Amino acid sequence: MTQPSILLDGQPVPFADGQTIMDAAMAADIFIPHLCHHPEFKPQGSCKLCTVKASGRYVSACTMPARDGMEVENNSPDLNDKRRTLLQMLFVEGNHFCPSCEKSGNCMLQALAYELEMLSPHFDQFYPNRPVDASHPEVLLDFNRCILCELCVRASRDVDGKSVFSLSGRGIDKHLIVNAESGRLADSDFSWADKAAHVCPVGVILRKREGFAVPIGKRRYDVEPIGMQVERLAARSAGEAYEDCGEG
Amino acid sequence: MDAVAGNREGRRKVRLATASLAGCFGCHMSFLDIDERLFELVERVEFDRSPLTDIKHCGPCDIGLIEGGICNAENVHVLREFRSHCKVLIAVGACAVNGGLPAQRNHLDLGQCLQEIYLTAPDVVSGQIPNDPELPLPLDKVHPIHEIVRIDYFIPGCPPSGDAIWKFLTDLLDGRTPRLGHPMLHFD
Repeated sequence: MTQPSILLDGQPVPFADGQTIMDAAMAADIFIPHLCHHPEFKPQGSCKLCTVKASGRYVSACTMPARDGMEVENNSPDLNDKRRTLLQMLFVEGNHFCPSCEKSGNCMLQALAYELEMLSPHFDQFYPNRPVDASHPEVLLDFNRCILCELCVRASRDVDGKSVFSLSGRGIDKHLIVNAESGRLADSDFSWADKAAHVCPVGVILRKREGFAVPIGKRRYDVEPIGMQVERLAARSAGEAYEDCGEG
Repeated sequence: MDAVAGNREGRRKVRLATASLAGCFGCHMSFLDIDERLFELVERVEFDRSPLTDIKHCGPCDIGLIEGGICNAENVHVLREFRSHCKVLIAVGACAVNGGLPAQRNHLDLGQCLQEIYLTAPDVVSGQIPNDPELPLPLDKVHPIHEIVRIDYFIPGCPPSGDAIWKFLTDLLDGRTPRLGHPMLHFD
């Protein structure tokens, strides 16, 4: 029996039983934009950047199981327009000032904006007031950049067994909180050695006293577009994340 | 894009205006980083209102370049003057695109900012909040320019490189759809 496959933008892509569209695409070195997906964690399909059209319906590639013969549209103007709009909404909802962000150049949100040629935020800025939490001796939490991907929530709960982070509130009031009576990171048992410290795709969880070790212009996505880095994105693991002290 | 097609066949030069609003002039400095290509540019372009000409008001123009966001009433007037006189208006740099660094005061109360800067800061001696009638009134929030007028194109970056500005302008002058690929498209 031949291996089952999906037709991704007309190209046959094989998959193993239990794999999602995202898993199959990544294994075949095909890029599907994503933010909340991480190969080490159970997919939750919340950021919707990986939206593809499977058999005529919009679905999240990271949660949709691949089925033999499924026709999937991924890199099309229609889908990329929708993804760009999602990015623009993420940008105006928070305070994303790239020039003053230590994560600039290593940030997946920014890298996807480059990849999808997002030139402006298009919508009116929200400019929310989100004070930073600088209480922890090792780590700074800058909530201004949080995109609610829940990777730190999942890592802290599922890998570290600490459940330091959680989302609270609903709708536009949804926000990241720290599981401590005071709400401060210093009063949790969070540490830089935690998996959760190394999975943030944007610039929320940053190590203190470590800035500009790699100059702007020479960072991960300055050197090569994110769409060309599928192999690295697929191979993300605890080991690698610890090494590069940053985006997971 | 015929309206801004160049001057190759002896047609009139394209008129270009530039202004810095709530910016640091870094984007204008980056514009000057096109270096000797400025000679090629002035073959095809005539400058209207710009810090380079010191012309104070914008006449009918083909292209307007706006650096910086909107932080005071004068910025609004200048931006509207550019919009009404420029066929193509371009936001240049992070501050014009999303407010940039000046917009990081947006979560603070403007009155308290002025109090602290001019009255209560430790090194202030007999300070006062500037109130000369010639001074434009600050807005309570800083805004990117697309929230005030329609913008045709955006060149992000802090600043966009001279090469990016050159690529964009020459695409436009030559009648191509302006496009910045990797690595010229950057936000930092």
